[in-house]
Amino acid sequence: MNMKMRLKLTTVALGVTLAAGPAMAELVFPSLSYRTGPYAANGIPFADGYADYFTLLNERDGGIGGEPIRMIECETGYNTEKGVECYESTKGEGALVYQPLSTGITYQLIPKATADGIPVHSMGYGRTSAKDGAVFKSIFNYPANYWDGASVAIKHLLDINGGSLEGKKIALVYHNSAYGKEPIRTLEELSKKHGFELSLLPIDHPGQEQKSQWLQIRREKPDNVIMYGWGVMNQVAVQEAANIRYPMDQFIGIWWSGSENDVRPAGEAANGYKALTFHNVGSDFPVFADIQKFVVDSGKAAGAGDQIGTALYNRGLYAAMLAAEAAKTAQGIHNTKALTPAQMRDGMEALEITEAKMAGLGLPNFGPEFKVSCENHGGNGLVAVSQWDAAADSWSLITDYVQSDQDVLEPLIAEDAAAFAAEAGITPGC
Amino acid sequence: MPEQLAFALEVTANGLMAGVLYALVALGFVLIYKASGIFNYAQGVMALFAALTLAGIMDGQVPFSHLINAIFGTDVHYFGWNVPAFLAILLTMVVMIALAYAVQRLVFRHLVGQEPIILFMATIGLAYFLEGVGDLMWGSDIKSMDVGLPQGINGWIDNTTFELFGYGFFIDNLDIVASIIAALLVIGLVIYAQYTKQGRAMRAVADDHQAALSVGVSLNFIWILVWSLAGFVALVAGIMWGTKSGVQFSLSLIALKALPVLMLGGFTSIPGAIVGGLIIGVGEKLFEFLIGAPFLGGATENWFAYMLALIFLVFRPQGLFGEKIIERV
Repeated sequence: MNMKMRLKLTTVALGVTLAAGPAMAELVFPSLSYRTGPYAANGIPFADGYADYFTLLNERDGGIGGEPIRMIECETGYNTEKGVECYESTKGEGALVYQPLSTGITYQLIPKATADGIPVHSMGYGRTSAKDGAVFKSIFNYPANYWDGASVAIKHLLDINGGSLEGKKIALVYHNSAYGKEPIRTLEELSKKHGFELSLLPIDHPGQEQKSQWLQIRREKPDNVIMYGWGVMNQVAVQEAANIRYPMDQFIGIWWSGSENDVRPAGEAANGYKALTFHNVGSDFPVFADIQKFVVDSGKAAGAGDQIGTALYNRGLYAAMLAAEAAKTAQGIHNTKALTPAQMRDGMEALEITEAKMAGLGLPNFGPEFKVSCENHGGNGLVAVSQWDAAADSWSLITDYVQSDQDVLEPLIAEDAAAFAAEAGITPGC
Repeated sequence: MPEQLAFALEVTANGLMAGVLYALVALGFVLIYKASGIFNYAQGVMALFAALTLAGIMDGQVPFSHLINAIFGTDVHYFGWNVPAFLAILLTMVVMIALAYAVQRLVFRHLVGQEPIILFMATIGLAYFLEGVGDLMWGSDIKSMDVGLPQGINGWIDNTTFELFGYGFFIDNLDIVASIIAALLVIGLVIYAQYTKQGRAMRAVADDHQAALSVGVSLNFIWILVWSLAGFVALVAGIMWGTKSGVQFSLSLIALKALPVLMLGGFTSIPGAIVGGLIIGVGEKLFEFLIGAPFLGGATENWFAYMLALIFLVFRPQGLFGEKIIERV
């Protein structure tokens, strides 16, 4: 390129920049997604739901409180190192809140984001004791965490067993990782309280071969199986359970083992399988009509539009809705449209989700009511049970949102949070 | 019969079946390594790619639909027909042969005579490229693999063992089918290698490719043939594993299960892959049953398979059936 041409291009570029005027303030929401790699099938619907809700707010409402939203998507491939790189490369853009969508990435971001004063929302994953806001000031995990899941699974089993699990055998089939091991302590405490016998069956990553574990289940005949799985482990577990003719209605997965992807490969045999959830299922909510009109029909959908209403799409949408509501709360508290991460944190800490608010958003009865506070960053621990209907190819809620056993969980959370505070040199306080 | 012994027999039988599935993946590695000295890192991804292609063809999916729609503004995803399994398998095989041709013409033809590590690096590149193309071509969603293979407990074995031992053994019908297919595959490959002109040429290239060249064997043709055969083995492995877990991108990780089999059975022996698979399958399952689950908290299978292979490697570096390399000074 000669000098003359370079000068011309520079002049044109300068002209364009000046014509555009000063950049408008924006609310920046990074999306740490994984659309590639072994877990892409789960990452895509979540990322689509997250993006489509923000697109809806931009297209229909002009953003949040009149302030446009800019979503920055960064591919993590569900890889912790890449996730941290995404955080580092996007935090300077004015990121208001990170949803890492991985327990591994969340653990790495807890000290970094705390030091940077940027809130992290690990919804239904991450470090459970982050619920203790007095210690984890920038970390939030509302509306429910892994321990809530374990407790509500046991509550559901109590319900279907006439209120007693005395002498029953319950097996935990879990991903042999920090994530999969999360419920063990809670279940051990609950087994002491309710008198059931707990057996632990770890499955190594990725979980394509589980014959030994399911032969053991066939031999020991546990009354119930609880699963904390992810990715291919879920599909294989459901298939193996069907192979040994384990009754599906006695088999309960955590919410990360409760997507359509987990049950469809087994076909009819998966009918009756149960999964915990902290949000509703299906697409029978008014907000989906708006998404169709303002996002899909206008060609602005994040994906092909074929994931709408699936369990993980709804979870992504719910995560975006909670972020948007926290931003609105922050705008109200600080009387400003443009937000800083610190102000966003305040909004998250003052967030209150009521049924009236959800109905107003076109999401009636979509999730539990909860209130966040300085002491409680995890909500009320309300979790429901859903069940798969293979013929209808859909999930349906079969219980109301049930609160986890706070008598058991609160001391465990306090103990773990205190250990972290001592280790990190944090003085707890609100 | 004591209950524990019956359980151990059931675990052994299931270990043998699992071993056959591992051997199916290992076979693809052996075929390519034997003929060209290339350790094909992409073998697991080839199984994934073959399974994705088969499932996509059967469902009548439009390949590259997302790309087509993005470029032309269309909204096409499916042709609206379903292809019968047998025809879809044939069409997939055509795709795998085309892939073998492309790999040979575009990559390995240019790397003839390079160090093995360079060829290995090329297969790493190929693995990631294929994974990306598979994603672009067929999408990332999990697909069901239904070519009509039976699944679930075999009732006859359950009843018979119950009458004999007082405990009905669980043997998965899919594992039985996999074992039969693997046996037929090995017999077929051995017959092909021993009694056909191409098979003999393949063995000649494997023994000494320069000598084979000097007598008029086309190295290019043989390598395309071998990659096509590896593609066929990958398709069979993809069907078996895809039926178990659905067709998804973690299918490529089944290669991890083949590595200890190769270490144990040797990289150059087809029977070695089968025997290695059986030893690894039975070894890991029995260890988990007898020691892993009761004393070590379980989940020992992955590391135990490698430990077992390592023990064999220490005493027999070329593997059980591998060729001992003697280099004279």
